[in-house]
This record gives sequence, C-alpha cells and structure tokens, in this order.
Amino acid sequence: MSQMGGVLRLEMKKTFLSRRGWWIYCLALGPVFLSLMHWLVAMRQNFGRHSIGEDSVVFAALYHFYFLRCGIFFGCMGIFSNLFRGEMLEKTLHYYYLTPLRRELLVAGKYVAGLASALVLFVGSTALSFLLLGRHFGPAWTDYLLHGPGLSQLGSYVLVTALACIGYGAVFLMCGILFRNPMIAAAVVWVWENLNPFLPTLLKKISVIFYLKNLCPVEVPIPPPFNVMVIEADPTPFWIAVPGLLAVALILLVYSAISARQLEISYGE
Amino acid sequence: MSESLVTFSNVSRFYGEVLGINNVSLTIPPGITSLVGPNGSGKTTLMNLMTGLIRPTQGEIRVLGIAPDHPEKLCRVAGYCTQYDAFPKGLTGYQFLYSYLRVFGMSHAECDDRTLAALQLVGLSDAANRTVAAYSKGMRQRIKLAQAIAHDPQVMVLDEPLNGLDPLARSEAIALFRQWGEKGRHVIVSSHILHEVDQISDQVILLSQGYVVAEGQIQGVRSEVKDQPMQILVRCDRPGMLAARLFQQDHVVEAKIHADGKGLLLRTKDADSFYLLLNRVILDSGLEVESVAPADDDVNSVYQYLIGSEGSAV
Repeated sequence: MSQMGGVLRLEMKKTFLSRRGWWIYCLALGPVFLSLMHWLVAMRQNFGRHSIGEDSVVFAALYHFYFLRCGIFFGCMGIFSNLFRGEMLEKTLHYYYLTPLRRELLVAGKYVAGLASALVLFVGSTALSFLLLGRHFGPAWTDYLLHGPGLSQLGSYVLVTALACIGYGAVFLMCGILFRNPMIAAAVVWVWENLNPFLPTLLKKISVIFYLKNLCPVEVPIPPPFNVMVIEADPTPFWIAVPGLLAVALILLVYSAISARQLEISYGE
Repeated sequence: MSESLVTFSNVSRFYGEVLGINNVSLTIPPGITSLVGPNGSGKTTLMNLMTGLIRPTQGEIRVLGIAPDHPEKLCRVAGYCTQYDAFPKGLTGYQFLYSYLRVFGMSHAECDDRTLAALQLVGLSDAANRTVAAYSKGMRQRIKLAQAIAHDPQVMVLDEPLNGLDPLARSEAIALFRQWGEKGRHVIVSSHILHEVDQISDQVILLSQGYVVAEGQIQGVRSEVKDQPMQILVRCDRPGMLAARLFQQDHVVEAKIHADGKGLLLRTKDADSFYLLLNRVILDSGLEVESVAPADDDVNSVYQYLIGSEGSAV
C-alpha cells in the first residue's frame, strides 16, 4: 500500500493542476461558465420567462450533448491516455520501471490518480453547473432542490459523471498503453459512442454511453431530422448498468495491467 | 556462487530484423566492469536487458540469481543510470529522488535521509531545491546517478555516467565507482572514454556489432590477442646493445630506441621468450634496467586490435 501511495503522490504532483492540462480545465469549466452566464442574464431579465422544468431540460441537453459526448469524453482522453503514453513521449516511464513496483500496482496507482483528477474536475463541474443553472429562481430553486426532484437529479448526474470517468478512464488508460497514437483509437471510440442512438439494439449495448444515458434522470430526445433514424432499445436496469460498467472497467484495467507487465522501455529507439 | 554474479546465457535480442546482441554468454563478477564498444555495438541493449527494461528474444539472464522479469525483487538490488536525459516536469532535485524512493515503499524519514545522502554524494546538496529542468547537463547527469544509487543497490548499471561531467566531477565519480567496487559491489559501466575505462576497470567486456569480442581483465585479454605482437618498453642504460641482441631473435618484430636514448620500445610475438632473453642479457653484460613494462596492454590498444578503430574516435 505504501508503494501505491508513492505512485499516487507522484502522479498527483505531476498531473493535477499542471499547465499542460489547461484545455481539460476549459472543457470542465465551460458548462460552469455557461450556467453562470445563464444565471446572470436571467437575473437581468427579472428572473426570466421560463420555468424550472424547462431549465432542467436545458441542463439535461447540456449534459447529454456536451458533458457525456464531449467534455467528459475528451477530458478523460486527455487525462488517462497520457498517464503512460505521455511518459513514453517524455521518456520518463523508465524511472517507474526501475522501482520494485508490481506493474499491476503502477497501473492501479496511475488510474486512481487520474480518476481523482477527473472526478474533481467533472463531478465538480457537473454539480456546480446544475446548482448555478436555476439559481436565478431564488427560493423556488432551493425548494426544488431540497423538497422536489432536484437533489435526486443532481445525485443521478453526479453518479453518471463518476461512472463515465471510471469507464472512459479505463478505456483511455488502455489506449495509452497499447497504441503509439491513442488519438486514433479515441476518434474511433468517439464515433462509435456518437453513433449509438442509430445502432441496432445489440450493438448499442457495446458502448459506455448507452448505459450512462439510461441512468440520466431527464431524457432528451434526438432532434429532427436525425430522430427518424433512431432505433429504440429497452433501457438496461440500474442494477445491471452500474455493476456492468464497473465490471467492464475492471476487465479493461486487468488487461492494461497485463500489457504494462509486457511493456518494454525503448521509447521507439 | 551465481547468487553473487550477473550472468547471461546464450542471450540474443533482435529489434525486428535488426540485431541488438547475439548469443551472448557472460559472467560478471563483483567489481568494476566496463562495457566498451562503438555505437550500436550492443552496450545499452546489454544494460537494458539486465535491468529488465527490455526482454531477451532468447536466452536467460540472472542478476544475483534474480530474473529481470521480476522487477519487485530485481530493482531492490539493482540501480540503473540510463542514457535518457529526461525528467518528470516540475520536480526539484530533492522531490525527484524522494518521490521515486517513496515508490520503493520506504517511510518518509528513510526517504528523506537517503535523498539527502544521495544528493550529498553527488555534490548536489546546494541545488536540491532547484527544479531539475534548470540544471546544467553535468548536474542532470549527477542527479541521474544519485537516483540510480539512492536505494543503495548491490548492482549499479551506469550507461555513460561520465558524460557531461567536468574533470573534477569525473574524478569524484571515478573515486565513487572505485569505492563501490572495493566494497564488493557490481559496478557495470559503459564508456567511450577509453583511458578512463583503463583507470577504473577490474574487467572489461569488448563488444562489436552485437557480439562479445573479448571479456576479462585487460592484461589477460591482451595476452589472448596472439596475432598482434606485444609492445614492451624497457628503460635501461644501454638500449643500443639490447636492441642488437634482440634483432638476433625471430620473435622480435621491431625495436626502437627511445628519443632520450635511455629506453627501448620493442614488439615481440613471444613475450615469455623476450623476458628470458632479457634476464640472460642482464646476467651476461651487466645491463642496468630501470623498468620493464608492457606498452599496449591498455583498453585503447586492445580495442584497436580487436575492433579496429581509434578508441577516442568511438
């Protein structure tokens, strides 16, 4: 455990709030900024001309089309694929490989450190965006949160964000170990995930976003003209979706650990 | 016995179709061992193999009885100063050493002690709190050395450790290597600077194009090179008389009187016969001999004989 602690400490020092991750912070803080703008504009327009229900649909759309399909996806790509590939490019991975650390622990330590960064950024961003979006409704918003469905919606979004970080994190960590250029693999995964609504039922289930979408509290219909191509599938129950996603992430991590054990340090020379 | 040796048994390593090393069998005892050879001869491949950074295509390696595919055991007894001049961004010299020591599972106090000791050993105590990125080439070389030895390994594998060091730092590093060698540790060094290899090595391994050309103590290696006449320098009072006696012998190929007139440099195919003859000359004619020393049993000469280019040009 102390070795794992050593990896975590070093990884957090290297990756958390590093300058080269500026674009990931922008991805995470973008929706917070939008929500803040929405709040400020609505305040100027005398609490707006829309309802809390409409705002929750707006947030659902922001969450489905921005957070899940763009922000968390690319943020996790930036964080996790660099855990190994970044060190290979910088030629610093051998320092870890010259310590008496089991490769499985190295993978686990790097993953947990990446996950901690991703969770802080994206769970924080999700929660802040949600809380700020309806702030202009004043006491009605507080009431919606505390006595209405607000808090449960927030909990669901936070859970889905955490699961997305866990799932995409495992995918991109593996890509970073296996592929010299993980961007190509990431592009393939991204296209696959975005084609999900239009895929046959069986293929739909071979994706992360299918399970995450079903866990979201507010459904957002696909806008026309794409809606005619959507193939409906029965949502997966919560008790299958969550353990299923965690199991897939675990399998990917085990495979990553095996690959890390086989990995040779030559930096392509 | 193998528990105290580094052994290679029929080890080959190919990079695709490119040969790294081929069918190498070696036994490296404790002490300072230098790997010598031109670029691409397989020195770094050999070092990467023994530290587990790469795996052999075939054959078996043991470092003090430990297979390199068990890093959990190997990296506790081995330290490797690589040629890669790269460091994790943003870390100071202290943080760099300390952080990787923590990955060994040591406590804060132990890591702190070892970090400070290693920094002091390489003369970087004053620069401990500066980021490594701001270090000069020589300081980076020294912090890499400190990182390789901070956990006090039994086997130190050092790839071109003297590169970029100024003369003072070089002599300090060489003194450190000697100290470790005398303590019975394995210090395996690769270097291009042959006169330094000559100074520090207990044994050498000469590599060329992925093959081990020779291994052992340098004098022993030299004596095995039969096709090159041995050079011997004799300092004496009458070199002309000695030269005249020597020219009567078949095994003497060449004899040159030294510029100061008090020495004779000769080349002989049979050193033992020469020494017998010299004894006879001393007895017969009362020749006063100040010194007799081989003139080409250094790494540079052996390197030239076996590999065929100037050591300094490697």
